[in-house]
Amino acid sequence: VCIHRVRSCSSIRFIKSKYVCVFDKSALKFSHQQRLFRTSAVSCGQIVQFKLSDIGEGITEVTVKEWYIKEGDSVSQFDSICEVQSDKASVTITSRYDGVIRKLHYSIDDIAFVGKPLVDIEIDASKGVSPEEDVVETPPMSHEEHTHQEIKGHKTLATPAVRRLAMENNIKLSEIVGTGKDNRILKEDILNYLAKQTGAILPPSPKAEIVPPLRKTEAVPAAPKDKTHKIPVPLSRPIAFSGKDKTEPVTGFQKAMVKTMSAALKIPHFGYSDEIDLTELVQLREELKPLAEIRGVKLSFMPFFIKAASLGLLQYPILNASLDENCQNVTYKASHNIGVAMDTEQGLIVPNVKNVQVCSVFDIAVELNRLQSLGSAGQLGTSDLTGGTFTLSNIGTIGGTYAKPVILPPEVAIGALGKIQVLPRFNGKGEVFKAQIMNVSWSADHRIIDGATMARFSNLWKSYLENPASMLLDLK
Amino acid sequence: MVLQSLKNCLWQSCVLRTPKACFWSTASGGLIIQSVSNDVYQNLAVEDWIHDHMDLEKQQILFLWRNSPSVVIGRHQNPWQECNLRLLRQKNIKLARRRSGGGTVYHDLGNINLTFFTTRKKYERMENLKLVVKALKALRPQLDVHVTDRYDILLDRQYKISGTAAKLGRTSAYHHCTLLCNADKFVLSSVLKSPYKGLKSNATPSVPALVKNLFEKDPSLTSEMLLDAIAKEYAGQHQIDHHITLINPADETLLPGISNKTKELQTWEWVYGKTPKFNISTCLNMAYKDSVLDAQVNMDVKHGRIEVCNIDLPEQWLPPELYSELVKSLTGSKFCPNETTTLVTTLLRVCPQDDELHSRWSLLCENMIRLM
Repeated sequence: VCIHRVRSCSSIRFIKSKYVCVFDKSALKFSHQQRLFRTSAVSCGQIVQFKLSDIGEGITEVTVKEWYIKEGDSVSQFDSICEVQSDKASVTITSRYDGVIRKLHYSIDDIAFVGKPLVDIEIDASKGVSPEEDVVETPPMSHEEHTHQEIKGHKTLATPAVRRLAMENNIKLSEIVGTGKDNRILKEDILNYLAKQTGAILPPSPKAEIVPPLRKTEAVPAAPKDKTHKIPVPLSRPIAFSGKDKTEPVTGFQKAMVKTMSAALKIPHFGYSDEIDLTELVQLREELKPLAEIRGVKLSFMPFFIKAASLGLLQYPILNASLDENCQNVTYKASHNIGVAMDTEQGLIVPNVKNVQVCSVFDIAVELNRLQSLGSAGQLGTSDLTGGTFTLSNIGTIGGTYAKPVILPPEVAIGALGKIQVLPRFNGKGEVFKAQIMNVSWSADHRIIDGATMARFSNLWKSYLENPASMLLDLK
Repeated sequence: MVLQSLKNCLWQSCVLRTPKACFWSTASGGLIIQSVSNDVYQNLAVEDWIHDHMDLEKQQILFLWRNSPSVVIGRHQNPWQECNLRLLRQKNIKLARRRSGGGTVYHDLGNINLTFFTTRKKYERMENLKLVVKALKALRPQLDVHVTDRYDILLDRQYKISGTAAKLGRTSAYHHCTLLCNADKFVLSSVLKSPYKGLKSNATPSVPALVKNLFEKDPSLTSEMLLDAIAKEYAGQHQIDHHITLINPADETLLPGISNKTKELQTWEWVYGKTPKFNISTCLNMAYKDSVLDAQVNMDVKHGRIEVCNIDLPEQWLPPELYSELVKSLTGSKFCPNETTTLVTTLLRVCPQDDELHSRWSLLCENMIRLM
């Protein structure tokens, strides 16, 4: 019985700090009670002034540089509280206690003094740092029967937790006989009373629901050590449990993309796809690669795709045009500034190669190399990223065959290139041979481009790539 | 012999399944280790790892390391205030923020770094620096080197050859310092000069100093000789073998969790995001057509992100909706040229297609980006 009592008492103690908070919030209603309860708050969760300990080397003052916690946060022993600096030394101050931060004595850039209070921590009562007393209250002015203090002229002894339990169950304390010391009403008394009333066997002491938030943070396994797993956020306390939702604001580049893509989808898209046999081009590139390397340039397939597209645009300039906002005018762009979609850490960026119509395949390769290295270093300039008139997206380097690309305004067409696969195909003689096949998926603005135009452009582009020698005829 | 002992210890640590390899817990009172890596992030991560995981009660540690060209700023500093970020990006010089306090330094292979790990109680910077001076004098008795009360080491009473910083934790502490042997002074002075104007901040400022390489005083000196001399002195004072153990900061078995520490040190949030709040108040002088346009810019940057942004432009120079779109997009965005470039160029796609407008937009944005 003795042990049982201690257990229930300690569980009731947890309730106290929580209970007090409830009442603090309802200050308006229970103003008188609140005054009384506030005094009890001090004694139930003891507030300890955590002083700034000696730094060493005779240092007496430091500058507070960063707080890792704020008022109201729970801390465990050894959690980092703040970072202070003194004469080229940065010091991490850690908590000596488990508890809740109640007050920060300094702001950022203030001078803090060794030996003076740094923060006030409300100690977790269960730690037994301070002995716990059941609260004795004088009768409140309000008429709340449930929490009424008087039985037969005596003051009723009951902790706020017990009172709350009584209130929740609509029990008048005056009707309960306390079995605790000095006729103190214990939780068991309330529960037994309830059991008798309903004839039910109540579930064992609802310790689970009483367990305060403080307890739960203790259970976080060595999270402070794992701090390094997380990408540092301004408050570097590990408060996230696994599986918790994380909401972040949409900022910067992402915000701009939201705007662009919303505008893009206002364009009526139509798609057109085809299959290209790159067997000859693959061979050609193998021959030309070492030549380019001698000149210090990496030659991929893209320069060929880009040049072929430009040759095609010469025949079908509507694909290199722009429609104004009111759809009143179409502007045929003179320059073929062909954009190449690049996947970077930030996301999708589209630098463009300027004036492809006057560039050789090698020129395009050089420019692509430059854009690629700038892109991966995060150093592309505004001129590299503006002025595009037509875009190719080589999604195939990551994977995929067919795609449905989204047109990037103010352009009117875009092509997505799938990966090159080795597939069996029939040749003119009806024989099966190994072919290097790539799929292309075009999207175009159906307001000014019709399917036939897109198909003819695609066929022309395809013919240049399937028979690279034919490009020689039309190269300018 | 070094490789042998490493292998043995790694094996033992696997068998015992202890996070600390037995390699660490030798019986002696001290340990000298040297990094095989020249990557500043990896080396800083080793410092973090030792600080967080090692029990330094029985054994103190001296860690020797060198970095490929890098600029290292102190924990509470502002990189925009301290160095020429544009130049760093151009020259591919890394930027790192260390966890200790103090000022900004330039590292290259001609600079050596020494870290003295002790318990918090045994933290004593003066002792460490005196050890270094003693080692230098043992190597070259005629060198005029001494320690100042600002924890610098001066050559010929004039030139700074070493700077110091420290980090104190709950139970352990470390003091690290640099030593200029043969660093590129030209690059050093150009990268440590900030071109950014109008910055107001409470970040720790660096104190510029006249520097000199030991090599300039005595061309026979090399970094290796200096490292060896200091190790010898440390070994003598701690009564341990003059034996330097090589460690590989990429070795996850030896240093479990080290790759996460290395990654964290490279994140934008750490390097730039930890900058104390600052304000930029400056005037953009933009040459447009035949005149020069002045635009006053006022920005608050917190955690490396633009909190508040105000640009004073002549009325109607940019259509008001466009201006507010720009300001709205910049707010909350990283104070970073790359982020801003991609942001403004993407926004341009949904602007009216007007050449005049586009050139004004580009001009303004490029000037804004130059502030970053």
